[in-house]
Amino acid sequence: MAKRLDKWQGGLLGWVDERFPLSAMWNDHLAKYYAPKNFNFWYYFGSLALLVLVIQLVSGIFLTMNYKPDAERAFASVEYIMRDVEWGWLIRYIHSTGASAFFLVVYLHMFRAMLYGSYQKPRELIWIFGVFIYLALMAEAFFGYLLPWGQMSYWGAQVIVNLFAAIPIIGDDLSVWIRGDYVIADATLNRFFAFHVVAVPLVLIGLIVAHLLALHEVGSSNPDGVDVKKNLTPEGNPIDGIPFHPYYTVKDIVGVIVFLIFFSAVVFFIPDGGGFFLEPPNFEPADPLKTPDHIAPVWYFTPFYAILRAVPSFLGTQVWGVIAMGAAVVILFFLPWLDRSPVRSIRYRGPIYKIALTLFVVDFLVLGYLGTQPATPGKTLLAQIGTAYYMAFFLLMPIYTKLEKCKPVPERVTMR
Amino acid sequence: MRKILLSFLLALLPGFALAATGGVHLDKADIDLKNQDSLQYGAKLFVNYCLSCHSAQHQRYSRMARDIGLTDEQVIENLMFASDKIGEQMKIAMTRQDGKNWFGAPPPDLTLVARVRGADWLYTYLRTFYVDESRPFGVNNLVFPAVGMPHVLWELQGVQKPVLKTVEQGGEAHQVVDGLELVEPGTMTPVEYDKAMRDLVNFMVYMSEPALLERKALGVKVILFLLVFLVIAYLLKKEYWKDVH
Repeated sequence: MAKRLDKWQGGLLGWVDERFPLSAMWNDHLAKYYAPKNFNFWYYFGSLALLVLVIQLVSGIFLTMNYKPDAERAFASVEYIMRDVEWGWLIRYIHSTGASAFFLVVYLHMFRAMLYGSYQKPRELIWIFGVFIYLALMAEAFFGYLLPWGQMSYWGAQVIVNLFAAIPIIGDDLSVWIRGDYVIADATLNRFFAFHVVAVPLVLIGLIVAHLLALHEVGSSNPDGVDVKKNLTPEGNPIDGIPFHPYYTVKDIVGVIVFLIFFSAVVFFIPDGGGFFLEPPNFEPADPLKTPDHIAPVWYFTPFYAILRAVPSFLGTQVWGVIAMGAAVVILFFLPWLDRSPVRSIRYRGPIYKIALTLFVVDFLVLGYLGTQPATPGKTLLAQIGTAYYMAFFLLMPIYTKLEKCKPVPERVTMR
Repeated sequence: MRKILLSFLLALLPGFALAATGGVHLDKADIDLKNQDSLQYGAKLFVNYCLSCHSAQHQRYSRMARDIGLTDEQVIENLMFASDKIGEQMKIAMTRQDGKNWFGAPPPDLTLVARVRGADWLYTYLRTFYVDESRPFGVNNLVFPAVGMPHVLWELQGVQKPVLKTVEQGGEAHQVVDGLELVEPGTMTPVEYDKAMRDLVNFMVYMSEPALLERKALGVKVILFLLVFLVIAYLLKKEYWKDVH
């Protein structure tokens, strides 16, 4: 009897731990992962992004059970989900609202990094994985938007795939290769479905794991940009750190509920987001012979769409707009090296960066608005100014962040 | 920082609202989805006047019966002309090719038209047909210029003629439609006709999204639950964070 008890010492968990690092992982990433104690409002959006990912995966699985990736039946199958599938309307609205929520949360999460210099050394890789996640998310949203097979799905995909056709020499063949046909058609829908439900989600999950592993390797930064690992307790833990679990798990639950209240308000009361989350023309089935009067992408792409349209075509090709749009995203990768400021947090930077970042936010919103609007000469000019500022914000950053006089950073984090 | 952001977002709002309406003035449909009499009368108008050329291929008769407060028998006897099974969708006998031959383009399916156009657009559209001899069916429409549809409801509304006015634009005089006047009364008075169209639009809005009838009520319960949960979660957080300074 004694011998048997001995064998079971440590219980089931002990048995597992001898064979799999379960307790070690729990401790490394939650119970003994020390995070700075001064996280503020902006630090909710990382955990919220993870929540939205799970919401999208789960609602997406249920949608896949009833959706038909077939040009003849896709539109009707979405309406079937909306009407005949038990709770289908709820699942569909959760998924469509989740797409917009994902971008909103990720934009705020990226803005947090810009406020507090979270991408600075030694967190460059976290930022780079993050930009890759953002790229994967854009691909995921683009592929997914074709699936309801409405007018905007169809013509939006047409516009984006045609961007590749603007590439000199190989463009035409490349766009046919992407579509699998000369126009957006059944073959395109099928492959976009495969990318949306299998390929891109796998890439996304892999990147998110890498993002979190890199974060937990170097530890989280904080709104003061102070390195909490410089002041340790005798046990070797940061004095200004607290274990992620339970402190930040209980705190993030509050954030999750507040988020879910807003999320539910959209899902149940304005699921079309006033025409910005579900565009009205998308309730009309795709018609290859009828081009809509005005093709606008969903709101989260509109800043980049405005940049695309702002750049005029010259030397007989439209590829410059495509290059500018690509550059607007790719430039994000270089942010850790463009920022030469000796301090991380905006709290200790001078007025130049504060003004530059505020204007950047305004610029991004203005570009986003312009991307939803039909082009007029005045609006195109405004979009050109907006594009110029967007680029200047990044390209001139090495100069203005280096010149700027910063305030002294405290030794320890502050609670405010 | 946050205040600047917020005030900027608020400043954008009127722009978004304007962007959504377009050029023509639309009358408010002012529908009431809770009014089952209105929905039933709208359904009657829909199956009698629309459902011979236009289908509503995603809407089932049985679902409609349940949602607007009718029994299956009532629907079978009074509202089903094109199908013979209550579980069927509102399809029509006319093929797309027939529609194309007769009207130039197949009449669109109307299940979701309220989500594409909006209730106010439909309400205005249904009331602003006017005589225009240059058109194939002798009528035109204020919100849908060069419309390919005849004024199916003219017996009810009567015949409207445009009141023209001359405007100067770029140094040239143009004739534009300023309003419509009833020149031949229909079987309904204008007030009755407006009410009938409101009921029809009410039904079409219901049809475009049957879940609309339940989702708001459910949303209230979900958000109330979350608010209670928020209080508990906040107190839990406060308790745990007592020792963090």
